Amino acid sequence: MERIPILRMGKYLLVTIQVDMHDRLAMQLQEDLTTRIAKEQSRGVLIDISALDIVDSFIGRMLADIAGMSRVLDAQTVVVGMQPAVAITLVELGLSLHGVRTALDVERGMKLLEESIGEATRAGADEGDGPGDER
Amino acid sequence: MPTRLSEIIRKHQQTLLSEWIAELKNALGRKLIKDAELEQQCSAFLKALEQGASHGEAASLDNAAWSEMKELLNNVSRSRGLAGYSPSETAMFVFSFKRPLFSRLRKDLSAAEAADEQWNATLVLDQLGLLTTETYQRTREELITRQQQDMLELSTPVVKLWDGVLALPMIGTLDSARTQVVMETLLQRIVETGSAVAILDITGVPTVDTLVAQHLLKTIAAARLMGADCIISGIRPQIAQTIVHLGVDLGTVTTKASLADAFALALQRTGQTVIRVGQARKMKEKDGEAKDRKERE
Repeated sequence: MERIPILRMGKYLLVTIQVDMHDRLAMQLQEDLTTRIAKEQSRGVLIDISALDIVDSFIGRMLADIAGMSRVLDAQTVVVGMQPAVAITLVELGLSLHGVRTALDVERGMKLLEESIGEATRAGADEGDGPGDER
Repeated sequence: MPTRLSEIIRKHQQTLLSEWIAELKNALGRKLIKDAELEQQCSAFLKALEQGASHGEAASLDNAAWSEMKELLNNVSRSRGLAGYSPSETAMFVFSFKRPLFSRLRKDLSAAEAADEQWNATLVLDQLGLLTTETYQRTREELITRQQQDMLELSTPVVKLWDGVLALPMIGTLDSARTQVVMETLLQRIVETGSAVAILDITGVPTVDTLVAQHLLKTIAAARLMGADCIISGIRPQIAQTIVHLGVDLGTVTTKASLADAFALALQRTGQTVIRVGQARKMKEKDGEAKDRKERE
């Protein structure tokens, strides 16, 4: 069965969507990603959708859902490389993906992840609760 | 029955022409085209009218004999439309010919014949007059459409202010069509330049109501989805008051009073700074001294 590969890069997971998303594939990705976050104890998820040029409300909601699920599992989500047409479509559909961080490309997305995780860790260390990360 | 119109026009071409031109000048009052051009148009009109009347059925302009006349009138009417004549002044070009023509008909023909010919001539001239007005209208409409297009393109420039900073100075009222164009050009430029910050300057937007605010927020949401931050600048005091009175929520958007403030913030966000030349030199000198000291040590 067709799957979208999830790559591990240190404490981050990298998902590159390079095929047309259909609903079953999206559900499978949700399933796989949450499992992997829990298993690898990842702190961040980077989803590259630069090759995605068609979205519908379902895919839009799925992106928001993935971000929500990741947050529950204590991982930040950054969506990068959205095409202009896709952005316009999502806005017209009324899905502005609140709570999803975005960046222009993978490089900036990575930087954003590092910054936000650094902040979260520092805040956690200041409060003095929870095990301190190696960062 | 062939009309005698063409015959009469041929015979009295010069007198008709001079009378007509005098009539035209009298009727128009103001002068927007040259006398020579006017005379040339008039004599061409007479020639075409004579040709049309000698061959064609007077009641219908569909005949091939009138094609020259149609073309001539199209040109005349178009040039007048562009020169700034009013529609009635343009139609006057044809209608003012009636008086010289009819008086000539009355002089040359018997009363019964003159009445017949007058009727024929009126039919033709009325249709020609209508044709002039129609062309005039079309010319103006083309002009308006072109101007609208120009305005749409001109009013939505996306300029690159600095590395990674775009600015979008909006001018004129924001409606749905323009928002669409603005959004598309902005997002396209964000991709092309890889800019992380875009400044929407609304100094030139006369009023901001709930609809305009919604359009702005939509554009900002789309840019955010692509990973670019937006700053709204150029909010005039009155507009700030309107926004609050209307209860528009701009809470999630950074707003600045002037483009300069927004630019400073954008530079700060992209990790850049602008300093005076003197200051830069001093800093360099200090660096150099520190280096020297280190080397000496």
